Amino acid sequence: MTRKRRRIWILLLCALGLGSATALTLTAFRDNLVFFFSPSDILANPPGEGRAFRLGGLVEAGSVERHGEYQGRPAIRFRVTDGANAISVVFTGVLPDLFREGQGVVTQGVLGPDGVFRAREVLARHDETYMPPEVADALKRAGHWNPAQGAAPPAAQWNTLDPGRPAPPRSGS
Amino acid sequence: MEPVAPPSGAPRAGSALHRFANPGRFLRLTENWLPWLSGAALLVLGSGAVWGLLLAPPDWQQGETVRIMFVHVPMAWLAMGGYLGLAILSLMSLIWRHPLADLTARELAPAGAAVTALCLVTGSLWGRPMWGTWWVWDARLTSVLVLFFLWLGHVALVRAFDDPERGARMGAILALVGVVNLPIVKFSVDWWNTLHQPASVTRLDAPGMHVDILYPLLWCTLGFSLAFMAVVLAATRAAVMERRVRALQMAAARRAEAAPAAMREAEA
Repeated sequence: MTRKRRRIWILLLCALGLGSATALTLTAFRDNLVFFFSPSDILANPPGEGRAFRLGGLVEAGSVERHGEYQGRPAIRFRVTDGANAISVVFTGVLPDLFREGQGVVTQGVLGPDGVFRAREVLARHDETYMPPEVADALKRAGHWNPAQGAAPPAAQWNTLDPGRPAPPRSGS
Repeated sequence: MEPVAPPSGAPRAGSALHRFANPGRFLRLTENWLPWLSGAALLVLGSGAVWGLLLAPPDWQQGETVRIMFVHVPMAWLAMGGYLGLAILSLMSLIWRHPLADLTARELAPAGAAVTALCLVTGSLWGRPMWGTWWVWDARLTSVLVLFFLWLGHVALVRAFDDPERGARMGAILALVGVVNLPIVKFSVDWWNTLHQPASVTRLDAPGMHVDILYPLLWCTLGFSLAFMAVVLAATRAAVMERRVRALQMAAARRAEAAPAAMREAEA
């Protein structure tokens, strides 16, 4: 065994040890590394009274009331859903530009005894799709997508779409 | 530089690598590359700026803000790709004691730290109007910050020793330990829920990006990569020549020191 070959083996062994140590650590910390909880997480494991946490999900379609009031201040009410469950949220403050029905949001605050989440901060969480406005309009016109209802259709359907022409008919309809 | 003849039985890759370990050959080989690399980078980046800032469409919901992506995403890819390059150089340094790999790694690290910093800054500038915050401690942002500190740590560690060879070895070990962070950066958005959205381009199914936005992004990535390579190449060539100048000065100083002594000896 030459010196070079020995050095390769030593490095490989170190990589193996370090890699498995990291993998074990990350697996152990997986539950602590969540940035936000979904409504289903909260209903399954209610957090302690008055404990602040982040609640994430989509803004439920048709749930946004912009002219509500909370403790004498103008407030906005909406529901955050993960498809299975939803939690009502009340927020007094400035919303990010991307806030809309069907948009992903991450809110930080406290769950009240009435089951309404009092948010101190609302962040928008957009998805990984990027398209020109004309393409989005074409998809909406063709009935392929309602942004208030959820995510855009699979990218292969639209990422080479020429907005000048009508969208291809929906498959299976 | 001592000529290194690999002992018989050494891996074949080693002997092929050592043909490029000679700094003189490296200088001769790359003599004409720099103007071409820089010219191509300027050309691609100039046209990429026009394409990305003027011709590409806005996003349907993010509007004009989406154009930050044409800087942010290339910087993120370069930060990770550059680190992979640093890890490969460190392997070559530790296994084959490749002197040019040490020099290149030393010059690559500041450039890598710079692109990672730009990735963080542009991401922050983009996050404020879109997400509503400059910074959150989610898994993606935090792991990229760790990547930035790894780059900075390499820059500092390599220069912290009087013996450059020792510094290079310590830096190589740090770089290889830091490689565990690369899959964490890449898959953080899949393994954990984060504020940062998942990958749009580097995924198995079709890119979640319309081609009118995707193509200028890839073009800008090419331009920034060429510029990055030009910067690292120029810095490495300068470092090789600097080392030669120092060696020549040392030799001259030794001669000057030896000459009077020889004269005194002749007189005696």
